[in-house]
Amino acid sequence: MTFEKVKEIIVEQLGLEESQEIKKGTSLINDLEADSLDAVEIVMAIEDEFGIEIPDEEAENFKNIGDIVDYVEKVK
Amino acid sequence: MNHRMSIGITGTGKALPEKIITNKDLETMVDTTDEWIRSRTGIGSRRVVDEHTATSDLATEAAEKALEDSGLQAEDVDLIIVATVTPDMAFPSTACIVQKNIGASKAIAFDIEAACSGFVYAMSVAENMIQGGMAKNALIIGAETLSKIMNWEDRNTCVLFGDGAGAAVLQEVEEGYGIQGITLGANGAKGEVLKQPAGGSRIPASHESVENKLHYISMDGNEVFKFAVRIMGQSSLEVLEKSGKSIEDVDFLIPHQANIRIIDAAAKRLKLSKDKVYVNLHKYGNLSAGSIPVALDEAAKEGKLIKGENILLVAFGGGLTWGSSLIKWSKEV
Repeated sequence: MTFEKVKEIIVEQLGLEESQEIKKGTSLINDLEADSLDAVEIVMAIEDEFGIEIPDEEAENFKNIGDIVDYVEKVK
Repeated sequence: MNHRMSIGITGTGKALPEKIITNKDLETMVDTTDEWIRSRTGIGSRRVVDEHTATSDLATEAAEKALEDSGLQAEDVDLIIVATVTPDMAFPSTACIVQKNIGASKAIAFDIEAACSGFVYAMSVAENMIQGGMAKNALIIGAETLSKIMNWEDRNTCVLFGDGAGAAVLQEVEEGYGIQGITLGANGAKGEVLKQPAGGSRIPASHESVENKLHYISMDGNEVFKFAVRIMGQSSLEVLEKSGKSIEDVDFLIPHQANIRIIDAAAKRLKLSKDKVYVNLHKYGNLSAGSIPVALDEAAKEGKLIKGENILLVAFGGGLTWGSSLIKWSKEV
């Protein structure tokens, strides 16, 4: 459920095709060609969606989408 | 409550140094590329003063042009407020130096410091002083020479900023026109994310402070980005509510020119179309307090500000501070 929502946010923020394959192991930067500010915007959208705050130190450790989902599940 | 006067902008002016530093020039100074700077910031070049030029020099030129534009004589100016984080020196204030330079001997003169929000803060202070009877003809100026406090070896900050000044004359205008509302805010608890650590009473200038590069701008870019995008939306909506208007009533937005990605993200959140948003940061970078008044002057001179239209100014910056002003434009093109 969290994964689906996070995926939806990423597709929206990066303007991706619905058909784009996004898995837990997908990297925003390496696989989806997001830059650092795209990543910040995605973090902001996730913060707004789940009503949480993701400190920069945490966000810097996210290697892939699975890491984001795990963090959201942990704190929400 | 007494009747509130209608107070608006009757003239604008700007001053920008001649020397241009392009992204290509920066490629030879730090490890960066034109493509990286453009895609992350929207900035293509910036203006930089020479070693002999200080903030008051730019402020004076902008002030003189604003006076000429409004038809006001310097001797009739009774209030000068300069918003800056790069004053010529701690004191006298830059406003007092401008007062001398333009010959406005009857004017009250002082500086205010609200970083990039400084011009909107100055507008609020001046408006209230006019409403309160302290002044009639105010000159508000946002002026910076950020190149003087930039670390030209730090690729994360030196690509972002530039030098420049803008000024506006504030006076009583036709009934119902002019400033419809201003909102200001601050969050000192988050101030650490954007600062110039040394040079004040906490860390006075010393060999160590210079060696440790504490006189330069330091910034946590990601945190500032998040703050800026959110506050632009919030502050805009606040001033619209205060003025009894909604986002559909906004004809033109002049945001603080820090980064195109911030402006785009905030405009998207506000559901404001891009053709209603003024952008000149590709030419100048972030001018801090100079940003909004320079953009205001350029938009006015390009004929983009139409009498009767609602112009929204939104600023955010170090402090942290923010401010918005909704103006029903009163000046004929």
